[in-house]
Amino acid sequence: MRELSLNVMDVAQNSVRAEADLVKIIVNESDKDDFLSITIEDDGCGMTEEQVEQVIDPFFTTRTTRKVGLGIPLFKLSAEQTGGSFDIKSRLGEGTTTKASYKKSHVDMTPLGDINSTVEILIRCNPEIDFVFTHSTDKGSFTLDTRELREVLGDVSLDNPDVLEWIKQYLEEQTQIILGGV
Amino acid sequence: MKSLAELKAIRDRAKADLDLRKENPNACRVLVGMATCGIAAGARPVLNAFTEEIAKRGLTDSVTVTQTGCIGICQYEPVVEIEIPGEEKVTYVKMTPEKAVKVVNDHIVNKNVVTEYTIGTVK
Repeated sequence: MRELSLNVMDVAQNSVRAEADLVKIIVNESDKDDFLSITIEDDGCGMTEEQVEQVIDPFFTTRTTRKVGLGIPLFKLSAEQTGGSFDIKSRLGEGTTTKASYKKSHVDMTPLGDINSTVEILIRCNPEIDFVFTHSTDKGSFTLDTRELREVLGDVSLDNPDVLEWIKQYLEEQTQIILGGV
Repeated sequence: MKSLAELKAIRDRAKADLDLRKENPNACRVLVGMATCGIAAGARPVLNAFTEEIAKRGLTDSVTVTQTGCIGICQYEPVVEIEIPGEEKVTYVKMTPEKAVKVVNDHIVNKNVVTEYTIGTVK
């Protein structure tokens, strides 16, 4: 994957397939501490301990009938190749939390990329699911919570084109504040 | 600054044409393969190109763009399927944002399948 944001899109897809109602995506980065972490947390169907072991093994898992493959191994690799770490916790019936931590300055660090586009596409293609996206840097942090948007929107769907445009611009504005020295 | 008040205005405006959007029987569907293979091959910019072009042409009421899983032809990703009611499904392979614009123009708007991008033609 050329961008970590693509790994996020891929792994968040697992949450969608796990029939989650709520998916949280948390990006926490700090230049000061030379650190970046990505957490994807869902309240989907979860996995057994045995299944968790399987999803991190690309070869074993592809032979089972379950829909797992390279998504998690690639995400894990992206973190570990920077000297970071990767962790996946899951409980059957409760949900799954995946966390990847990176050393930002490492030569093998994959850029985060266009994470806002990932969030927007996830909302666009799964308007019935709620997403909470938080991005923090040394300069600040912001959160987009579709549950709050839903409260304002009433019976207007999140995939309404004007709503999606609002979401896109909101993400852009907030990102500029926490990344740029505006 | 984007505010929730602005969102409220969008809601009030959208309520009026809500029924119009709902269950449009003639709606065309654009399905972009977005499993690991599709994403790695560049499906995201392709999906963005479709949504942008469709919005630009004011087709958002009659065309929906959505993602789908892996359909088993990973070597041909990014794969896009176009479903128009009453017509045979068309599978486009090795898509790019530029090809996406042409597919919207020729296939979705003018109903001419872009044969040179379909799975039977692309090597």
